[in-house]
Amino acid sequence: MLSIKNLHASIEGSPILNGINLEIKAGEVHAIMGPNGSGKSTLASVLAGREEYEVTQGEVIFQGKDLLELSPEDRAREGVFLAFQYPVEIPGVSSTNFLRTAINQVRSYRGQDPLDAVKFLSLMKEKMKLVEIDQKLLSRSLNEGFSGGEKKRNEIFQMAMLEPTLSILDETDSGLDIDALRVVSNGVNHLKSKDNATIVVTHYQRLLDYIVPDYVHVLYKGRIVKSGTKDLALELEEKGYDWIKEEVDGTTV
Amino acid sequence: MTTILKDNISENFLAALPSIKDDKALNLLKDQGLPSTKNEEYKYTAITKKIASDITDFHQASPALLSDQDISGAAIDGLEAYILVLNNGILDLKHSTLPVSGFAITEIADSTTAPFHTDDITNDSFMALNRLSYLKGISIHIPRNTVLDKPVMVLNFIQSTAGQIISPKIWIEGAENAEAIFLEKTISLDKNPYFLNGSIEVKVGSNSHLHYYRIQNQSKQAIEVNSFHADVSKDATFTSFVLSLQGNMIRNNVTLNLNGSGCVGNMYGLYILNGKTHVDNHTNVDHTQPHCDSNELYKGILGDSSRGVFNGKIFVRQDAQKTNAFQQNNNILLSEDATVNTKPQLEIWADDVKCSHGCTTGQLDEEAMFYLQARGIGKEQARALLLFAFAGDVIDHIKVDAFKDYCIDLIHETLGTNF
Repeated sequence: MLSIKNLHASIEGSPILNGINLEIKAGEVHAIMGPNGSGKSTLASVLAGREEYEVTQGEVIFQGKDLLELSPEDRAREGVFLAFQYPVEIPGVSSTNFLRTAINQVRSYRGQDPLDAVKFLSLMKEKMKLVEIDQKLLSRSLNEGFSGGEKKRNEIFQMAMLEPTLSILDETDSGLDIDALRVVSNGVNHLKSKDNATIVVTHYQRLLDYIVPDYVHVLYKGRIVKSGTKDLALELEEKGYDWIKEEVDGTTV
Repeated sequence: MTTILKDNISENFLAALPSIKDDKALNLLKDQGLPSTKNEEYKYTAITKKIASDITDFHQASPALLSDQDISGAAIDGLEAYILVLNNGILDLKHSTLPVSGFAITEIADSTTAPFHTDDITNDSFMALNRLSYLKGISIHIPRNTVLDKPVMVLNFIQSTAGQIISPKIWIEGAENAEAIFLEKTISLDKNPYFLNGSIEVKVGSNSHLHYYRIQNQSKQAIEVNSFHADVSKDATFTSFVLSLQGNMIRNNVTLNLNGSGCVGNMYGLYILNGKTHVDNHTNVDHTQPHCDSNELYKGILGDSSRGVFNGKIFVRQDAQKTNAFQQNNNILLSEDATVNTKPQLEIWADDVKCSHGCTTGQLDEEAMFYLQARGIGKEQARALLLFAFAGDVIDHIKVDAFKDYCIDLIHETLGTNF
C-alpha cells in the first residue's frame, strides 16, 4: 500500500530525515518510536504534505501513485489521514460544517454524489458513538476551547467519518489519561480492517498495549535504525533508547 | 471672501456655496481648514489631498432622475422594510414608503432650525463643512413608546454629473422606549468621482433601542467622509454597524456619547477591501455615567494594495464607575502590498471599571489552512472558510436576517468565493 524509499527531508536547510525506507501492506499496523527529535513527527508531516518540509531525495508511492506529487488535500482525498499531534483550533468554523465540507469534497473527488443533510447526520451519529463524543462539542467551533482529550477524540472522530485507507496517528496518545487513551484506542481498533493500514507514531510504549502493532520501528537521527515486533517496544520500555543510540553512534563513528 | 483661508480646497468649497448659513461653522473652517496628514487624526488618510486631486466641480450635486427600476434594483431580497430614498442627499418622498404612524419626518433648511446638536463641531472641520453645505436636512422623530414594525431602509442614491459634492444631513431622535432599526445603502449611479460628506446625528432617548447599519459599497471613484454622532440616554441601547467594501477613500468618524447611566453603546465594523480602496474608521466612545457598557469590534480583510486604518478612542470619566468597555480590532492581510494602521487609545479616570482592548494584524493562519487541507478541503475553499469565519463574529451582531444574508453575499462576492 505504502512504499517509502530512501526518503530525505529537511526544514529550512537542516536535514531531519536521512533515508527512510518502509513498506506497509494493507491490514498492518506499524508503530514508529524513537527519542525526542529523531524525526517521527517530521515523517508524519511529510507524508501528509506539510509545506514547510522540503523533500530532498527519495520517493513515496501510495497505492501506485507518487504521493509527494500530490497537494495535501489530494492526499487526503486519496485516503491518507493524519491525526494531528496538536489539532488546530479554528474559531468560527463548527466541526459539523467543517466535516460536511470535507466529506463532500472528498466524495466529489471520487466521483460520488454529496451526502445530503439527513445522511450526513445519521453517519455522524453512528461515528460519534465510537469515540464517545458529545454532539454539543461538535456544534461548537472546531477544537476551540476543547480539552486535550477532546481534541484527540475529535481527531479519531474525523478519521472515522473520512474512513481513510492509511491513517497516521502522530503522538495521539501524548497527554491523554488512561480513560481517554482507552476511548481513542478503541476507536482506532474498531476502524482497523484488512483493507486499511495504520502508522502509529508514539513516544510511549503504553499506547501499544491498546493498539497492538504488527511491526515496531525505531527512528533515530532521521533513519530507521531497528525494526522488530511488539517485543521491541517492550524492550525499549524496559531499557530506554540509550542502548540503541550507542549501537548506532558506535557503528557510525 | 475677505479672510485668507488655510487651504485652497476650503476656498473651492466655500466659493461654490449658494449662501453661508452658519457663521460658527464658517469660522471653524476658516480657522482650521480641511485636515492634512499633519493633523494627527488624519495622519494615514490624505483625504483632503484626494479631494483636491479628484474633484473638479465643487457645487452640490443636483438631484438625479431616479426611476422606479433604480429603487426596485436596490431592494434586498426577502427584506421587509420601509424605504427612505435620498436623491443626492435630498429626500425623495415620491419613491419612499414610510411608516404612516409613529414616524415624523421634516426637512430642515439650515442649522437655526436644527432639532438638536449632539456635538459641537469644533472636533472636525468636515462636520463643519457639512453644516455649511447641506441643502435640505432630514429630521426623523420616533415618538415615545413607538416600536417600528419593520426596519427603515435608507437608499442613498448618488449621481454626480452636475456638481460633485453630496452633503446629506440626517437627525434621528428616538424618544423614550422607542425602538427602530435603520439600514443604509449607498448606491453610485455612475462612475463619476464625487465627494460624499454626510453627517448623521442621533438622539437615543431613555430606555430606547436604536440601531443604524450601513453598507459602503460604492463606485471605485467615491470619496466619502461620514460623521456619525449619537447621544445615548439612560438605559438605552445604540448600535452602529458599518460594512465597507468599495470606494476610493472612505473615512468614518463614529462618536458615541454615553450620557445616561445603564446605557449600552455598540460599534461594529467590517472592512473587506481590494484594489486600492482606502478605509479609515475613527471611533470615539465617551463614558460619562456609571454602569454603562460599550462594545466595539472592528475587523478587516485586506487584499491587493488596499489600506485600512483603525483608531479607537475610549474615555472613561471619573463618574463613570462600573463601566465595561471592550474594544477589539483584528486584521488579516492577504497581500504584501496591503497595509493596516491600527491604534487603540484609552483614557480612564474612574477606578472601578473593566476595560480591555486589543489589536492584531496577521496573515491567514497557515497551520489552520494545512489542517483543513489535510482533511480534503481544497485550498480556495479552505481560505474562504477561514476568512468567512474571521468575519462571522462581526456579522453575527446584525439583527435583521435578510440584511445579514445580503451582507454575507456581498462579502462572498468581494472575496471572490462561494460556498
